[in-house]
Amino acid sequence: MMSATPDIATFDAATRRPGERRRSRIILTLLLSLFLIYSFVPLIYLVLSSTKTNGDLFATFGFGLGTEFNLWQNLSDLLTRDNGIFMRWMFNSVVYSTAAGLGAAIFATAAGYAFAKFKFVGRKPLFALVLGAVMIPQTALVVPIFLLLALSGLSDNPLGVILPSMISPIGVYLMRVYIEQAVDDELLDAARIDGAGELVIFRAIVLRLVAPGMVTVALLSFVGTWNNYFLPLIVLRSQDYQPITVGLATWYQLAQQGGGGGQVLFSIIITGALVSIIPVIAAFLLLQRFWQGGLTAGSIK
Amino acid sequence: MSNSPAATKRPGRSGGFASRKLAPYLFLTPFVLLFIAFIVAPLVYAFYMSLYRDTLVGGRHFAGAASYIKVTGDAKFWGGVWNLVLFGVVQVPIMLGLALLFAIVLDRGQVYAKGLFRLGFFLPYAVPSVIATIIWGYLYGPNFGPFTQIAKALSIPPPDFLSPGAMIFSLANMVTWEYAGYNMVIYYAALKAIPSDLAEASRIDGASSWQFARLIQLPLLWPAILLTIIFSINGTLQLFNEPYLMRSLASNTINSSYTPNLYAYSLATQGQQYGYAAAVSFVLGIVIAGASYIFTLITNRRRPGQ
Repeated sequence: MMSATPDIATFDAATRRPGERRRSRIILTLLLSLFLIYSFVPLIYLVLSSTKTNGDLFATFGFGLGTEFNLWQNLSDLLTRDNGIFMRWMFNSVVYSTAAGLGAAIFATAAGYAFAKFKFVGRKPLFALVLGAVMIPQTALVVPIFLLLALSGLSDNPLGVILPSMISPIGVYLMRVYIEQAVDDELLDAARIDGAGELVIFRAIVLRLVAPGMVTVALLSFVGTWNNYFLPLIVLRSQDYQPITVGLATWYQLAQQGGGGGQVLFSIIITGALVSIIPVIAAFLLLQRFWQGGLTAGSIK
Repeated sequence: MSNSPAATKRPGRSGGFASRKLAPYLFLTPFVLLFIAFIVAPLVYAFYMSLYRDTLVGGRHFAGAASYIKVTGDAKFWGGVWNLVLFGVVQVPIMLGLALLFAIVLDRGQVYAKGLFRLGFFLPYAVPSVIATIIWGYLYGPNFGPFTQIAKALSIPPPDFLSPGAMIFSLANMVTWEYAGYNMVIYYAALKAIPSDLAEASRIDGASSWQFARLIQLPLLWPAILLTIIFSINGTLQLFNEPYLMRSLASNTINSSYTPNLYAYSLATQGQQYGYAAAVSFVLGIVIAGASYIFTLITNRRRPGQ
């Protein structure tokens, strides 16, 4: 008993009788199941509704099936509505989020490396400034960014969304911590003695050792940009440049206002909402390991 | 002269030393350039604008601190802050309390299907807040919302989720749905980092399961809890997407100053009052920083377990 692997799970095993333990296990599972249902209800509703005709949305029960299976028709309506602008919005979201993810990961790694492995003038105040930026309300920056972009002729330009999204102060912090732990000073010195230049060392040694941390930062920025609404709403005017969040929200507001055949949009919006969350959910499921690793580093240090 | 200390150093390649000195600046350049362009410059520009007043006739005038004085007495701004304080006082403890409870239960493995819960709770975080608002908007809605349908089927008055009294709870529910799982993952990761022999040791010392959670786990989790509380204060006071979209469902309940960010947005986009909008954003930033700072001070004074 005492020699068993110490584990938090064994804590209760040892202090309670087996019958009591099983009962509490069932009660806790039921309790958590309630919240799991709560987490899934809106998503189940979304899936069910995306299979209904617009008429069935009103005529049949929200958590039930429609009179006919209309998903394929809804998808086809979604993809052809307004000359297929939906796919354009999806494409924009993919481009903006991928660019932001890659840029944030590379820039945050380079900056984190400088903070972790070099002594230079201004290191401490600069790092404090970066950390302080984590606390700045992002939304407070959006209107001034828009006005500055207008002054520099970059208004209604996708770069106005992509470039600000490449800044990840939290990413710099995470990469600094990660590099301090994962990159050995002696390895760097050995490479320097062998005559390797600093850029070569960064590319050939550092980038290879910190790849998992970079994936975390890339994922954080990818998801943050995919979900962003306020910045593209203000910066981008042309429908052709807008990401999926802004596009769907515009349809939503149009449908809510009623007139102009807006109500026909309901089933299209619901189907669009379903399609738009699939890439993010897939990214989360595939890269779960990296995602949780990043949060651990952020919360312990 | 050849015996001087400098000469006995390793015969470095020319430029090797210099490049090592320059390297950190090189690595920092891309990040710092973007940081200056999209964080420092907008802040400076916003501050500059906040010192001027835009008038329809006569253009822009220097007004000094006039906008800031106006914000401190602006009932619309403080009404929005007050809405969010009420919102946060209810929503943040419920959300973080549930997240903490679930993280501890899952960490101890006292449930069946652990993996399913961990993933399922986190899933809503993958849904953009705009999409979450659209889905919940339909669920709440009087048109074809299932709760209205149930009430009609039972011939009872349908619940009005969009009334002035209920709206704050409807919004709180959406935010809890979006972020409870995210906070749970943070706590879960922090719990996993607690050395497992601590559980063994305190069991040998005769501590109960509850004592272990309160006296050992909670103090060790404290940095993570503090982080999530500060993130939550920050996020709450910046609330925009959810109320902005809910306006199209309930324009009577959510006015243009329902939250401070909604107010700043409508000042800038409808009123063209960029200077005043910037001042509102700055004061909001100060309120957020102040709230986080005061909270840190209070909690550092009485940390649990000390």
